[in-house]
Amino acid sequence: MSNVILECRNLIKSFYDPLELTVLKDISFSVNKGEFISIVGRSGCGKSTLLYVLSTMDTDYSGELLIDNEMVTHQSEQQLARIRNAKIGFVFQFHYLINEFSVLRNVMLPALKLGRFTTKEIESRAMEKLKRVGVGHLAGKNANLLSGGEKQRVAIARAMINDPAIIMGDEPTGNLDSRNAQMVFDIFKELAESYRQTLLIVTHNQAFAENSGRIIEMDDGKIVAK
Amino acid sequence: MNSRLIFSIARLLLVARWRQTLVAAVGVAFGIAMFIALLGFMNGLNDLLDGLVLNRVPHIRLYHEIKPNPIQPIELSTGHQNGHNFISSIKSGPAREAIYNEEAILAAVRKDSRVLGATSRITTQAFFNSGVVHISGVINGLDVAGEINLFHFKEYVVQGNVMDLKHAGNSIVLGKSLAALLLVEIGEVVQVTTPNGNRFPLKVVGFFQSGLNDIDKVQSYVSVATAQKLMSRPSNYVTDIYIKLKDIRRAPGLAKTYGDLFHLDAEDIQKANAQYETGSFVRSLISYAVGVTLLTVAGFGIYNILNMMIYEKMDTIAILKAIGFSGKDVNRIFLIIALTIGIAGGACGLLFGFLVSLIIDSIPFKTEALPTVETYPVNYSLLFYLIGAFFSLATTYLAGWFPARKASKIDPVIIIRGK
Repeated sequence: MSNVILECRNLIKSFYDPLELTVLKDISFSVNKGEFISIVGRSGCGKSTLLYVLSTMDTDYSGELLIDNEMVTHQSEQQLARIRNAKIGFVFQFHYLINEFSVLRNVMLPALKLGRFTTKEIESRAMEKLKRVGVGHLAGKNANLLSGGEKQRVAIARAMINDPAIIMGDEPTGNLDSRNAQMVFDIFKELAESYRQTLLIVTHNQAFAENSGRIIEMDDGKIVAK
Repeated sequence: MNSRLIFSIARLLLVARWRQTLVAAVGVAFGIAMFIALLGFMNGLNDLLDGLVLNRVPHIRLYHEIKPNPIQPIELSTGHQNGHNFISSIKSGPAREAIYNEEAILAAVRKDSRVLGATSRITTQAFFNSGVVHISGVINGLDVAGEINLFHFKEYVVQGNVMDLKHAGNSIVLGKSLAALLLVEIGEVVQVTTPNGNRFPLKVVGFFQSGLNDIDKVQSYVSVATAQKLMSRPSNYVTDIYIKLKDIRRAPGLAKTYGDLFHLDAEDIQKANAQYETGSFVRSLISYAVGVTLLTVAGFGIYNILNMMIYEKMDTIAILKAIGFSGKDVNRIFLIIALTIGIAGGACGLLFGFLVSLIIDSIPFKTEALPTVETYPVNYSLLFYLIGAFFSLATTYLAGWFPARKASKIDPVIIIRGK
């Protein structure tokens, strides 16, 4: 049981505007430590919505969610922010680095917020993560000067900085050319295999999904294959 | 650690939009500078105008009012004790105008810790003779040293030497307009006729100018001793005691106390000059209203700029939230931005306000009516600067509060999936 990183029970989520529409229909599954999971499905099947519920950013759902054996449902906004900070790393489709900051500072930010290490230690950890994803030479640059593939790799480094229980990705390769997509996939693969990093990735990319450890397929708000 | 991080994020956002930040800060600075300059100038004028009257007026004046005796003879008659006595056409009697025991009263009043000082005065009507023309006027016998100390007498004597009044016997200081009517110069002699018919030659030693023509046309000043001589009175004859207090607001209360204590009529400055208080109050009110309006406009500027910044920085806010910053952290970031603008703008505003005040203070302002004034008056009261500083912080805090709240409530999911 202690091997379970993330567990959800009977998740139901509905939108009420403009019409009542249930997008997640009684979803239950669990993620074990070290798993590399892809969530696939057609557009509009609710996979991104599911990811945002699992990420604690969307709190308007019914059911229960546990991350690292800690009940997340009904926690305060402050608590959720703390959990996101410490336990979850994010990689989005559109990179989402803060353009005013340097690459290194972007990576350091979640760790500075967490405050577990001194600034010096955080800096060296951030450098190490940047090197691991192959963009160590860009550390001093401003984030808005990077190419799409480079930004995505920096985003992965940022997701790893606090050694999170789980890294979540929303179409992390969706906006990249095939070469960069492959590079990002390789990084994920290496994280999963060498560091037993738990990964939960929403993707459209069939090749990406097939190469991951486990595929969760969704259709019309339900899980059709685990 | 956390607050240092939040400060550094706020600083980076500020620097990224430094042009808008500058405009907002300039808005605040302008508002505060105008607030300070306006209030300083308005209050300078107020002080000047009040000073015209209030400087020379006692806070409390003790005297005998000419009035009918409250106990008429019939009240004393034993045959008319039971019943109401109706008396028609009562007139004021020849009461004694002099104050009894003035030395003792002066000594007692001067001992009071609330009193700044007190001097005695004699006031009488008189005619000034110029050839065949008789011009009526008022002669004030005064204690020269006391008047200089308490009522700025020296400042208003524009020609001649005020101390001659004390040292030379039978000397007089004439109101400037009165002297012009009489066609006399300093050193010449003016003939005075007192109400009881005595005629005296007095030597003119100076001219007095208050700035109020009505006063300068009738008033003249002699020493107490000369006045007593004019009126053929002994040297203890005094008609008024003028008292100046440390705190002018206590005048009404103390006037009543002294009136009862010394069995005299007491008039306080608030009763005698109510219209000046009202005038100053209304002028201050207007300048405060204009100042606060300026600051409010500056506040709206900040509000706009922060709102814009939040729309521009939606992505940044969403990412901060996604990586573990709470709504409270985001709120604090934007409040810090607002307050930074407020503090920087406010500090510059206070400095510029002071400089503008200095400039106003050095503009020449010469007028016949105000002999003591050379430049436009400015009041440098610290209070205005404190109010300005407080308002700059208060308005920027309020202007930042709403956008900051909005930023803290932004739902990162909508922004992240919205692209």
